[in-house]
Amino acid sequence: MIGFVNIVIDGIMIGALYAIFASGLSLIFGVMRLVNLAHGDLIVVAAYLILIVAQSLGLSIFVALALVAPMMFVIGCALQTILLNRVLGDDILPPLLVTFGLSIILQNGALSLFSADSRRLPAFGLENASLPLGPFPVGVLPLMTLGAAVLVIFLLNRLLYATAIGRAFRAVSDDSTTAQLMGVSNDRIFGVAMGLALALCAVAALFLGARANFDPTIGPGRLILAYEAVIIGGLGSLWGTLAGGIILGLAQVAGASINPEWQLLAGHLAFLAMLVVRPRGLFPQLRDAS
Amino acid sequence: MTTDSMIAARRADGRPPPGRFASKTGGSGLKLATACMAALVLLLAAAPFFADRGVIQILFSAMTMLALAQFWNLLAGYAGLVSVGQQGFVGLGGYFLFAAATFAGIDPLFAVPLAGLFAALVALPSAWLIFRLQGAYFAIGTWVVAEVFRLIAAQIKPLGGGTGASLSKAVADQAALTQAIVSATGMRAPAARDVAAYWLALVLVILATALVYGLLRSRRGLALTAIRDDQSAASSLGVDPFRLKLMVYILCAFGAGMVGALIYLQKARISPDAAFSVLDWTAYILFIVIIGGVATVEGPFVGVLVFFILQEQLSDFGAAYLILLGAVAIAVMVFFPKGLWGSLAERFDLHVFPVRRRLMWTMDPGRMAEPAQARTESNETENDR
Repeated sequence: MIGFVNIVIDGIMIGALYAIFASGLSLIFGVMRLVNLAHGDLIVVAAYLILIVAQSLGLSIFVALALVAPMMFVIGCALQTILLNRVLGDDILPPLLVTFGLSIILQNGALSLFSADSRRLPAFGLENASLPLGPFPVGVLPLMTLGAAVLVIFLLNRLLYATAIGRAFRAVSDDSTTAQLMGVSNDRIFGVAMGLALALCAVAALFLGARANFDPTIGPGRLILAYEAVIIGGLGSLWGTLAGGIILGLAQVAGASINPEWQLLAGHLAFLAMLVVRPRGLFPQLRDAS
Repeated sequence: MTTDSMIAARRADGRPPPGRFASKTGGSGLKLATACMAALVLLLAAAPFFADRGVIQILFSAMTMLALAQFWNLLAGYAGLVSVGQQGFVGLGGYFLFAAATFAGIDPLFAVPLAGLFAALVALPSAWLIFRLQGAYFAIGTWVVAEVFRLIAAQIKPLGGGTGASLSKAVADQAALTQAIVSATGMRAPAARDVAAYWLALVLVILATALVYGLLRSRRGLALTAIRDDQSAASSLGVDPFRLKLMVYILCAFGAGMVGALIYLQKARISPDAAFSVLDWTAYILFIVIIGGVATVEGPFVGVLVFFILQEQLSDFGAAYLILLGAVAIAVMVFFPKGLWGSLAERFDLHVFPVRRRLMWTMDPGRMAEPAQARTESNETENDR
């Protein structure tokens, strides 16, 4: 019984991290139907940026995040306006291949700049602190991750449904041609959406780097997890993405409790099983990608 | 009779000649291209007799990449099934060969086609799962499936688990063809194995190209192009997109499985991380096809050439080489979306492997009266030019 409760708690905490990885992807897929294969590597890049800013300015990683997130926002806007807007269109192949190329560039760029050594963000002992939740000790950092995931998804939902820019996002998502006729500039909206997605990468990077080691090669693994969470949750549903992340986390922790080598495998199998049961995800809100 | 000569004929008497349009695949300089190709194949087949072992190994690697590129191009370029998970079938093929040769004592070269069949067999349930995903999410699905294969392969303890296994010399060199080469030429067994693998790779490339080319020229190829251009319109004309896509997916798994088996027969050492590597068996293949030209049969040839020239020149730079490769692929995608060959072919109307159907004017002695419909069609053709 205690083992079971521990699995559930750990699974939810890990799933929350996957949900943060996935929130940015969910946003850009919703707005522009773009599948960004460089997302995982962008999280890794953000983690290195946080590390550099924190170390060179002697700041806490949380303060460093406040500096890195705007930087990532600007990088995202630039990336979208300079590169990705040129290849977005009816054909899904060009954006997919361009982001795949970007992923290779980022991975190898990080490898030559920062070497293959694994790093960790210094969290000042927070990584080992825990709170008693009844009879079960719960890590402070995992709790913060869960809090951050809920906050991120709550704020994104507020942004989408209660602000002018959110209305523009939804308009472009529903019908980009009509939105453009109404005076919304698609290219600008796409730029802002990608900027936000990369700022969310910085948030994901903080919790990724503080909880576990990272190195330049781990990006694609995080990318797959993030997309699994998005697909399980249902396209376009942010709360669904959180649920998807938690399902993955639970499956992984349950698999690992039987055999530590089965952690990743259990997550992937859960994803494939969900495809059989609910191919459109738990809470689909968008029409499927064309 | 081509449209050119038809137009010339009409100028003479002011009226179009009797005849009708037919759709044909063909192009200029086809005979010359065929002759060049035959000469190239002969040269490559004879290479082991005059080239040294290092050259054969590079050529082998180029052949395997080319075969993979042809299959990926068929999958993504023609069938619209953008996969980033073909490494899954490459790895399955390699692991099947190791298992078949080590535990069942099957001739390793004979195990190569069996590995293809095995990959095709596994592709069936995989397709059942991931065909539920649309468009770009299909790509993610293929990747997940490949990861599942990798993680399962890492659990197979008799084949070394996560660290992998080596093919013992006795097993690797037992192939009948390898033994024949040894006794005919007096080569040492490892060199003979390279030669046998190389010849098989050459056969695979020719088969892959012929298969893709033949498929695209067939009725199914026309249906495939129709689906790619407009799926709903194609379905309304009686084309079944699901069946056709499934067929291509399984065919490409079969091809990737055979190539994978061959690659790991030649390497004689396998590990899950190498055999299921997304970089080696998917990223490179993607770059080859993009640089050469997506959805052209010729593109992969050009892409492989560029890829291996870059690799020979720059592979010492490691990470910088990969950065450059990624940047070249992005630049080609942004500025020449049809790739190097696609852009050239369009500019100069080149077709070594003509798969596009063209309207041709054929004389029809039975219909001397001028058909009104033909005239409007001929006008349109003229305007299109």
